[in-house]
Amino acid sequence: MKKFFSIGIIRGLIFQILGSFAGAGIFYGIRVLMGLQWKTEPTIVVGGLVGAIFFLVGQGSLRDWWHVAIGKEMPEAHEVKPYPGLRRYFEFTLDHKVVGVQYGVLSMVLLSVGGSLALIFRLELANSGLQILDFIQFNTLVGLHGMVLIISILTGIAALGNYLVPLLIGAEDMAFPRLNAFSFWIAIPASVILLSAMFFGGFETGWTGYPPNSVRGPMGVQMFFLGVYIAGWSSILGALNLVATIIRMRNKGMNLFRMPILVWSVFSTSFMAMTATQLIGLSFQLVMFERLLGMSFFTPSNGGNPILFQHLFWFYSHPAVYIFVLPGLGVISELLPVFVRKPLFGYKWVAMSSMGIAAVGFLVWGHHMFAAGIEDYLRVPFMYSSLLVAVPTGVKFFSWAATIWQGKVRFAVPLLFTLGAILVFLLGGLTGPPLGTVSTDLHLHDTYFIVGHFHDTMFGGFIFPIFAAIYYWYPKITGRKLNETLGKIHFYLMTPSFLLMTFGQMRIGLLGMRRRIADYDPSLNFDFTQLLITIAGYLIAISVLIFFINLIISAKKGELATGNIWKSRSPEWAILPSPAPAHNYEGFEFKLVGDPYDYGLKGSKYVELTTSSNSKSEAVL
Amino acid sequence: MKHLAIISILVIIFTLLANYFLQSVGLLPVEASEQATVIDKLFNTHFWIISFLFSLISVVVVYSLIVFRRKGDDEDEGDGKYITGNNTLEVVWTVIPLITVIFFSFLGAKSLAATKVIEPEALNVNVTAGQWYWFFEYPDFEIKTDTLFLPVDRQVKLTMTSVDVIHSFWVPEFRVKQDVLPGDNFVKELYLTPTVVGDYTVRCAEFCGGAHAYMNSPVKVMSKEKFQDWVDTELGNQPKDPVSKGQKLVTQNGCVGCHSSDGKEGVGPTWKGLFGSTQKLSDGSTVTVDEEYLTNSIVKPNVQIVAGYPANVMPSNYADLFSQDELSSIIAFIKSLQ
Repeated sequence: MKKFFSIGIIRGLIFQILGSFAGAGIFYGIRVLMGLQWKTEPTIVVGGLVGAIFFLVGQGSLRDWWHVAIGKEMPEAHEVKPYPGLRRYFEFTLDHKVVGVQYGVLSMVLLSVGGSLALIFRLELANSGLQILDFIQFNTLVGLHGMVLIISILTGIAALGNYLVPLLIGAEDMAFPRLNAFSFWIAIPASVILLSAMFFGGFETGWTGYPPNSVRGPMGVQMFFLGVYIAGWSSILGALNLVATIIRMRNKGMNLFRMPILVWSVFSTSFMAMTATQLIGLSFQLVMFERLLGMSFFTPSNGGNPILFQHLFWFYSHPAVYIFVLPGLGVISELLPVFVRKPLFGYKWVAMSSMGIAAVGFLVWGHHMFAAGIEDYLRVPFMYSSLLVAVPTGVKFFSWAATIWQGKVRFAVPLLFTLGAILVFLLGGLTGPPLGTVSTDLHLHDTYFIVGHFHDTMFGGFIFPIFAAIYYWYPKITGRKLNETLGKIHFYLMTPSFLLMTFGQMRIGLLGMRRRIADYDPSLNFDFTQLLITIAGYLIAISVLIFFINLIISAKKGELATGNIWKSRSPEWAILPSPAPAHNYEGFEFKLVGDPYDYGLKGSKYVELTTSSNSKSEAVL
Repeated sequence: MKHLAIISILVIIFTLLANYFLQSVGLLPVEASEQATVIDKLFNTHFWIISFLFSLISVVVVYSLIVFRRKGDDEDEGDGKYITGNNTLEVVWTVIPLITVIFFSFLGAKSLAATKVIEPEALNVNVTAGQWYWFFEYPDFEIKTDTLFLPVDRQVKLTMTSVDVIHSFWVPEFRVKQDVLPGDNFVKELYLTPTVVGDYTVRCAEFCGGAHAYMNSPVKVMSKEKFQDWVDTELGNQPKDPVSKGQKLVTQNGCVGCHSSDGKEGVGPTWKGLFGSTQKLSDGSTVTVDEEYLTNSIVKPNVQIVAGYPANVMPSNYADLFSQDELSSIIAFIKSLQ
């Protein structure tokens, strides 16, 4: 039992609970001393904040920095011996691969939580009328579904970046291993606080939290704001670390245009996350202050401006969707050449298209506000810039099609998910322009068409690619392959179900179904389509459940993955054994002798070992 | 070259099929305003582009997967053709989309301008949105109603404001949508020209919490003659005695959403038997409900709250909304409910 309580994450969570009560208690104590009465809302906010700090203290995330601050000696990151076995995944561990897996597991946990929330309110929507939920429950579930999955996606792309970037660029670890572990661990109390919004009265604002609605509604919205605010720290610091790693830690000879293409997309994503996330944190913080301290930033009756919030919010939240999808698009570009056995068509163009999307992504936020009452002289330029995103995105699609052209395809599970991603993201891309041109958007804004379009981009740009990535790199993590049959069942169940769901959503959206409504008018005849959407949603859930089962049983019983199972040119497959050893290429001296995707070029290699001081490496080659 | 020819033909066929499918499946609701006609034209252009690009990418990918697949004992051997790229092609598929995009934005701007054509003889309607109701005021006739009555083929200018949070005015058959914001300096306008007589519904499209799903009001588009008849009857029907006048006011202004007239519990206290009764207030004191207390409670609703009811729920702008005469009519109506 004592051992159980010494595990980092358990200690952290216990500290968080104690800290929350302590924070709330001290705050109440001060109020009592001042002769004031109990006030719930500020008390829970202070409690939540103190709880998050206590989590970090209890978990041990701040210990090393504390030691530096008081002048104690701190060992270099690679000298720190990690906990043996599985225990390291529950502790403050500096190995980037462990942190990557930690992020990945958290992402999958949040994916199941966020997905399950949708399963509950989909039941309500299967028929018109209110059956199982009341308004506040429904509204809370809808908002949490959105935000929990956003954090799932952010942790998912952090998993890709953390696990893969050092492996792909030939580095031993990330640039700042302690900051890396810290950015992961701060995401845990953030998720706990976010989910606790359910138990503090819920919130009725959706994930966008627009004031004045969020200023007036139930106080659960404060926990929602606080959770997102803290999760933003994780995102900013993680991105900073990835940018530094990509700039400073590349192995010899790996110049920018010889990096595996996924690194480029992680680079562009991190750049956005590092510079834009502050704006959502700020906008939510201002609403928190407005509620707590009566500072009326956004309430017009006291001189505030509700549209100002929307500018601040979307200045992050539109680039955010590119933050979510770019790593996924990078996975598509990374895996296609391996499975079609051809070079990536137009490497530099694909790399630059990621940067192009990142750059244009900062100029388009106004298209979320076409119906909000911004001036016409703003609506038109935002229309031009929004449609401009189609150009670099088009370059990616054409390059993928050209890569597949005349390729000798191997239909392994990772490729299936890659092709699924291309199809679904294509649908997401093509349903974008009607939302970009102002007049058509006036019809589509805030309808289920948006819901359908958005799920297309998120599934095509994140869900399908992350599954592809997991099927592809799982052997590098565990040393065993995922079961192929279960993988195929997963794919062939999820893809048609998803298409049914999203087509249904877009159709009723065009016909007049508004988003975020608990009940709809039966005279609109949406009942049957809504029922189909619900059934499709449950089928997706079943397919993902099969995937989770596969993840668990294959870790012990999966087929052993020896050598370069995908025949990849990339260093992590060409050089390293599976599972990848700690400190990656320590002991392997490699040098770059070719380009990353020259499949089909006889006798060419991307990387070559120069000296092998390690006996392991000879066995692999 | 052979492949290219086959693919071109397939792309054309699939584009036509996809567009035919999108046009015939009935994707948009009835087109019932001039603005809808303009917008649907742009939708149709979008459907063409979507059909073409979808066919282009999917035909190339699927064709390639089938035609160049590994055959027979080729299972493990052999890579694909060594093609690393082609800068001419890249320039082509950057520049052509770029031109298309700029042209499309131009079409979009024209379409937006066409939906914003303002006619001098527009009918004025003031729209007020609140949690969770709509009401409409015709300043030219001094009529207030919770149903939007509109004459066909005449432009209407909606001047919209909200009493609490952001709402959004949307009638799907009219296509155009405009958020309705609180605050005197955020009054927004929307121009509409209904073209088809019929019954529609205005639905709040911006998430406004709570009963957002039910924030709908009927919209009746009628012939010009019928509309005039409606205006005449409304004007002729203006009640004279204070009690009926008060009853009409509380219905039009949404008061009855929270205060019942028959003793039923609501968000606010019922009016049945209220006048003359003694009520306990939230600060512990008691008060006898008379004209003065009722006036105060309407104008300053957060000062003397009956125990057990929440504060900050009732809008506090009724002092501006109601004249002294209207206030006394409302009180006369409450008085009559014994």
